[in-house]
Amino acid sequence: MTALASRSARGAQGDTRRRLVVIGNGMAGARAVEEILARGGAVQHRITMFGDEPYGNYNRIMLSHVLSGEEDAGGIFLNSLDWYRENGITLHAGVRVERIDRFAKLVFSDDGRATPYDVLIIATGSRSFMPPVEGLYTPGGRLLPGVFAFRTIDDTRGMVSYAQQDHRRRAVVIGGGLLGLEAARGLQSHGVDVDVVHSGAHLMNAQMGPDGGAVLRRSVEALGIRVHTSSRTTAILGGDKVRGVQLRDAPDIACDMVVVAAGIRPNVEVAVTSGLPVERAIVVDDHMRVPDEDGIYAVGECVQHRGEVYGLVAPLWEQAAVLADHVTGANPKATYLGSRTATKLKVAGVDVASMGLQAPERDTDEHVVFSEPSRGVFKSIVIRDSKIVGATLLGDSRKVAFLTQAFDRGLPLPEERVSLLFDLGGPGEESGVAELDGDAQVCNCNGVSKQAIADTVRGGCTTLSGVMDATRAGKGCGSCKLLVRQVVEWAADGAVAEDPAAAYYVPGVPLEKAALMAAIRAQGLRSVSAVFAALAPGGTEDAKSKMGLASLLKMMWAGEYIDERDARFVNDRVHANIQRDGTFSVVPQMKGGVTSPEQLRRIADVADKYNIPLVKLTGGQRIDLLGVPKEDLPKVWADLDMPSGYAYGKSFRTVKTCVGQEFCRFGTGDSTKLGIEIESRFQGIESPAKLKLAVSGCPRNCAESLVKDVGVVAVDGGRWEIYVGGAAGAHIRKGDLLATVDNPGTVTLLAGRFMQYYREQANWLERTYSFVPRVGIEHLRAVIVDDAEGIAARLDEAMQRSVDAYADPWAERHDPFTPGQFRTSLPLEVLPQVPVR
Amino acid sequence: MSAGLHVLGPVDQIPVGEGRAYGVAGEQIAVFRLRDGSLRAVSAVCPHKGGPIADGTIDGDVVMCPLHQHVFELETGCSTTGAGPLRSYPVSTDESQNVVVRLPN
Ligand SMILES: Cc1cc2nc3c(=O)[nH]c(=O)nc-3n(C[C@H](O)[C@H](O)[C@H](O)COP(=O)(O)OP(=O)(O)OC[C@H]3O[C@@H](n4cnc5c(N)ncnc54)[C@H](O)[C@@H]3O)c2cc1C
Ligand code: SF4
Ligand code: FES
Repeated sequence: MTALASRSARGAQGDTRRRLVVIGNGMAGARAVEEILARGGAVQHRITMFGDEPYGNYNRIMLSHVLSGEEDAGGIFLNSLDWYRENGITLHAGVRVERIDRFAKLVFSDDGRATPYDVLIIATGSRSFMPPVEGLYTPGGRLLPGVFAFRTIDDTRGMVSYAQQDHRRRAVVIGGGLLGLEAARGLQSHGVDVDVVHSGAHLMNAQMGPDGGAVLRRSVEALGIRVHTSSRTTAILGGDKVRGVQLRDAPDIACDMVVVAAGIRPNVEVAVTSGLPVERAIVVDDHMRVPDEDGIYAVGECVQHRGEVYGLVAPLWEQAAVLADHVTGANPKATYLGSRTATKLKVAGVDVASMGLQAPERDTDEHVVFSEPSRGVFKSIVIRDSKIVGATLLGDSRKVAFLTQAFDRGLPLPEERVSLLFDLGGPGEESGVAELDGDAQVCNCNGVSKQAIADTVRGGCTTLSGVMDATRAGKGCGSCKLLVRQVVEWAADGAVAEDPAAAYYVPGVPLEKAALMAAIRAQGLRSVSAVFAALAPGGTEDAKSKMGLASLLKMMWAGEYIDERDARFVNDRVHANIQRDGTFSVVPQMKGGVTSPEQLRRIADVADKYNIPLVKLTGGQRIDLLGVPKEDLPKVWADLDMPSGYAYGKSFRTVKTCVGQEFCRFGTGDSTKLGIEIESRFQGIESPAKLKLAVSGCPRNCAESLVKDVGVVAVDGGRWEIYVGGAAGAHIRKGDLLATVDNPGTVTLLAGRFMQYYREQANWLERTYSFVPRVGIEHLRAVIVDDAEGIAARLDEAMQRSVDAYADPWAERHDPFTPGQFRTSLPLEVLPQVPVR
Repeated sequence: MSAGLHVLGPVDQIPVGEGRAYGVAGEQIAVFRLRDGSLRAVSAVCPHKGGPIADGTIDGDVVMCPLHQHVFELETGCSTTGAGPLRSYPVSTDESQNVVVRLPN
């Protein structure tokens, strides 16, 4: 430790590289650093970044998807903390820079640090503009509870958790621009009823004219979003929390939450305080340099270049490249001349593309318009001197590629203008892609050019998913996926390999789940190796497919399954959960979360005896013993002398319960008892993904039953509601009501039948929160409650067979199943050590 | 480290289709026994984040690290998922069915 510390200190002193400091760790700041690294800048620079958000760098564009639940917040990070480490970048996350001393070349941050720089990059972005509306803030100066901006991960998470609370039924979004519409659509997916209040005369007035706005309005209203245009919010009603909004010249709207998406303002405080030139934003020259300051650059939304301030990512990609050329000296002649912004987005599910002028300005301008409001399609192109100077496309983006290109480069246009709007039997679409230049950017989020995609295809990668994996194209906001597909098709000359594997249950056996199950049954295949031998091409085994097949076979054959241990993941080989340092965690069974002094005493003794580094309560009301070396597992289990608590596999895990009727003043059902019954019955049942359950004694839901794979809630009159498909992890979803029944026995029966149906129908690793919406709750109700397909008895029986085949895996402690089952695989000295508290 | 042959004990210590780790002259080596009966030996520490390779899942060609699912060819140690390579070692059995690994010079 000391040796290490002194070594790194010496390293720093001997480091003669220039100190590069970046203020702002958003899309522009991180992109600029990536561009600098790509030009070998790490050799010249020691990089330090400050970001006042407590995270690594993420894709802000994707927040709309996080809000709607299509994407996990964890999935939108562009650069993980490892990336900073691997590139030797010091990141101060959650630290705000307050002032720059340009003369001493120091940056002062709110953690009291003064950081010297040789080169400084300001990339502070923007924040949401809060219009002057009465009641927006509490007297303490904070946003009124229920009011949200829409800019950061924290804003988005806050909105999601607020909207998820059951009594939050109605929201008002202030602002009908693209952000406002995205927010409205996202909130809808949490079952919230939304009104959009927009001060402009039509929606998205920054991007389109009144006719396009009217068509968009129809499409948006068809989604069930109410739109109020030319309407200004004058006050937020409430006092302690949001209860409604007051409009000028219109009745109040009652609501539980308000999202403000009324525009953005560049973050320029640091620059102003430090005496840098600021007009609408921080002024920069064509080299992205702050005038008269050699060592200071700025990039992104906080920048004003030739009078323009941009609010989209495409310009900042261009800016970052020029900046990096200068900072590294890679190309001292590089200049940024401004961006022509073409927006192509999916706004609230509607394809929207807009560029340049919205409407003709001169008498000589041509205007080609097509409008079909009932289908939500609107196309308008403005032509001047035979060049496109503006276009708006709604609801149909097939010609976007060509139009963007023509707009960017002033390409000559066909005589027959209407072919700009439609494919008129000609080569059409493909020619649109063919005409794109190689360096045209297809994916703006990840900056992937047409050339890069074509090269990948020519390099032999001919599936869409393969190209997306290899280039990252289409993996940002996803709006360019169609275009990526077109380019792939064009480059492959029509020989695009459909990626059939996407539909396979496991990648190594070319069959969908139903067909696979039928083949397994027909041929009586009872082991994973038998499945490979009979059904995989060439009989070849495939490591990635083993675990899924093992789970499926165990489900299908229960007691008749031939268990090959090499087909299991290590967790299932040693019945414990592998941790990042290669040790395991052990969770003794505590049905329904109930334990006893005797059990607690024994756990405590074991923790002492084996020097368990961390004893922790899990989110599912169990005790986790963390940091157990593999070779100690059998001894730990033996001393615990308790059954396995299933904290590791893709299987039924635990049933969380509240105290319920027995103790609670409010309880109307004996939730603890029912929870224990359910857990005893289904312990260890394997399934396509983990299953977490809960039982609550009344609708107060102290066990959080609404966000479980299967959740049960006692309601008045001795009845029980069964919810399925809920989740409260990285993905949040309220479960759907499957049935309300009047006795605990029926709860257990229907829960089991649902789980069996899920086991048979779901894709490998598909959680119930995806499965339930995919097949639909009505369908599930029909099959499981009403037995519409006549399979209920079979499902019950199949589940019973799995229940009967149960054996406590921890019994293997006395008699290892394979030689060296618990032998260490750990070369201990090289592993990262987990912190011991 | 000592180059040359090292006898690691009976092959049936390794269940078919699985791997076991051995310390061999200061090196950590994972030896796998494929379903066709043949053996492969690679370094036991994942170059990604130190994962225990011997706990990985294998097929006839590759091993998949249990921590983050990076994949490595058993024959060469090369990663097919962009991680750094594992070292690979010649391995066989002797006439008394002991595992024998050869460390290079
Ligand atoms: C919900 C949403 C959807 C969007 N969708 C699209 C889209 O589809 N297409 C598109 O092109 N654009 C879209 N945008 C806009 C796009 O995200 C921005 O243009 C882009 O993020 C701007 O990058 P930036 O680095 O300039 O600013 P940011 O990404 O905001 O980064 C600036 C960072 O600096 C930090 N910071 C500020 N001041 C300081 C300080 N003093 N000290 C330390 N750190 C500081 C900020 O907290 C922030 O993390 C969307 C934006 C939002 C919010
Ligand atoms: S859910 Fe109802 S019964 Fe259970 S503890 Fe909470 S209030 Fe009491
Ligand atoms: S440690 Fe092996 S894949 Fe990460």
